[in-house]
Amino acid sequence: MSRSDVLVDADWVQARLDDPKVVIVEVDEDTTAYEKNHIRNAVRIDWKKDLQDPVRRDFIDQAGFEALLSAKGIANDDTVVLYGGNNNWFASYAYWYFKLYGHGDVRLLDGGRKKWELDSRELVVEVPERAATQYTAQAADSSIRAFRDDVVDAIGTLNLVDVRSPDEFSGKLLAPAHLPQEQSQRPGHVPTAKNIPWAKNANDDGTFKSDDELRALYQTEGVDLAVDTIAYCRIGERSALTWFVLHELLGQENVKNYDGSWTEYGSLVGVPIELGSN
Amino acid sequence: MASETIIQGSVTRDDEPVNGYVRLLDENGEFTAEVPTSATGQFRFFARPGKWTLRALVPGATVDRQVVGTQGEITEVAIAV
Repeated sequence: MSRSDVLVDADWVQARLDDPKVVIVEVDEDTTAYEKNHIRNAVRIDWKKDLQDPVRRDFIDQAGFEALLSAKGIANDDTVVLYGGNNNWFASYAYWYFKLYGHGDVRLLDGGRKKWELDSRELVVEVPERAATQYTAQAADSSIRAFRDDVVDAIGTLNLVDVRSPDEFSGKLLAPAHLPQEQSQRPGHVPTAKNIPWAKNANDDGTFKSDDELRALYQTEGVDLAVDTIAYCRIGERSALTWFVLHELLGQENVKNYDGSWTEYGSLVGVPIELGSN
Repeated sequence: MASETIIQGSVTRDDEPVNGYVRLLDENGEFTAEVPTSATGQFRFFARPGKWTLRALVPGATVDRQVVGTQGEITEVAIAV
């Protein structure tokens, strides 16, 4: 698998804006960003409304994913290109869902919405109409998803990569600094986790660093990629970006995203927590 | 508000609001957060007390500003690009 199989640049997308078999999908933390404007012919997936179970803390099941993609007019043989704000945090999170449910051809737009805007490329308000499809999802691939017990068992044995900012890792902040600090769970990190913030994977414009730079980053930080790895953050979206880097760009098969992440782990009774920096 | 450390401001070009992004970097230059500017060029971070760098990214320009956040206060920063 080459980089272009999973990551495309803005010129690639620009040349395919009118290709009916290429579906551009915007996924943002700010779910109203799409309403302001978006890439022409892009549809929206709302990470809160569309991707989460409406009652339990979990994401939509296989039937829910099938219903969502059918309603969005996405067919099994379509090429899906995901992009969004926040340097593709939530686009990466959605990418992970598409892989979890076995979509054949899904890619990220390198740099996401920010790079597109900084290039002063066209954004529109018109919402495209796509005819509904009959999408068929695969059973969820549990090999790329970690649960809380996997994380506890990984302490001191597997690679744990905490991709939050240094202040969240050390316990000074409970959430990214652009969000209110309203959470009540304990601060800190999973013992033996290495703090490799997601931002180290990306350039200022949101594009990913080269494969060589990325491989060097994890080697320098002491992550033995021969060992299984679990990535986590606060709610699993930034760690989905690191999962994308390790699993999709660097081709490491043994990487899982812990989507429960710190909001779950930091609220568990009795589990070990460490404070301070690495 | 009493416990929060807010760093906020606006990004302008020729005195007009400009749409772009503002990054918050810690004292080691590590990325901490990023927000798009509002329609009126404004941004806001909930930080912690201490030294920070604000980096404005707009089409064709990148501008850095050093700031100090104080608990219980709003630090206002105007960035012209």
